[in-house]
Amino acid sequence: MPGRLSLATLLFLAATAVPARAATIEIVMQNLVITPAEASAKVGDAIQWTNKDVFAHTATAHNGDFDVMLPPQKSATFVLKKAGTIDYYCRFHPNMKATLVVAP
Amino acid sequence: MFVRWIAIIAAATLAGGAAHAESAKLTDPQIAHIAYTAGVIDITAAKQALNKASNKEVKAFAEDMVRDHEAVNKQALDLAKKLKVTPEDNDTSKALSKQAADKLAEIGKLSGAAFDKAYVENEVAYHKQVDSALETQLIPSSGNAELKSLLQTGLKIFQGHEQHAEHVAASLK
Repeated sequence: MPGRLSLATLLFLAATAVPARAATIEIVMQNLVITPAEASAKVGDAIQWTNKDVFAHTATAHNGDFDVMLPPQKSATFVLKKAGTIDYYCRFHPNMKATLVVAP
Repeated sequence: MFVRWIAIIAAATLAGGAAHAESAKLTDPQIAHIAYTAGVIDITAAKQALNKASNKEVKAFAEDMVRDHEAVNKQALDLAKKLKVTPEDNDTSKALSKQAADKLAEIGKLSGAAFDKAYVENEVAYHKQVDSALETQLIPSSGNAELKSLLQTGLKIFQGHEQHAEHVAASLK
C-alpha cells in the first residue's frame, strides 16, 4: 500500500513537471504605475514583479488567487496555477491596477 | 453619509479659498515646505490613530500612512539638499498646520468606533484636499523639473491613499 501511494505520487509529479517550458514574465512597479498594465502568460509561468519604488506595494488578485507583498526595491514571484483573466491591484494604493491574461 | 459629504465639500471650499487668497505665485522653497508639511500632518494624525484606534484595519491603514509619508518626505528632504534649497514657511503651510491641529484636537476627544470613523473620514477629506492643491496649485507652480516629478509621484501616492481610505471607510459602515 505505501508503495502504491508513492508510485501514484511519482506519476503525479512527473505529469505536473512535464508541461511546456515555463517562462518568467517580468512586471515592473515604478512611480506607482504597473508596467505592462496587461500581460499574457500561461499556466505554469512565473510572474516576477519588481518594485522600483521606495514605497511598499502588493500585487493582490481581486479573485483571491494571490496576494504578493513587494517591499521597496524588491522582487517577488508567483507561479500561475489557473487559467483566466485576473485583475489585480495594490492594496496600499488601489489606484495601481493591472491585468494578467492566463492561457491554459 | 450626508454629513460626510458636507464636510468634504466644506474642506474643498476652504482649500479653494486658501488657494485664491494666496494667489501670488508660490516659489519652489515654499512649495517644498507645503508638500513636506502636508506629509508631516498626515504622519501626526496616523500616530494619534496608532494610539487610539481600535479597529485592526484602521490601525493597518495608519501604519501605511506613516510608512509612505515618511518615505516621501525623506525623498523631499534629499531633493532639497541636492538642490541646495531651504524649504520656506509660508501662509499656506501655516493654514494647513492650523487646520490640522484643530482637527487633531477635535478627533482626539473621541474614542472607540467613533474615533475610528472620524479618523478615516478625515483621511478621505484631507487627501482629497491635498490632491486638489497638488493638481491645481503646487504642480503647475513648481519650476524645478525634479521637484515637479516628486510632486507628481506624491499626487499618485495621495490619490492611492484616498482610495484606500475610502475602502476602509466603507468597511466601517
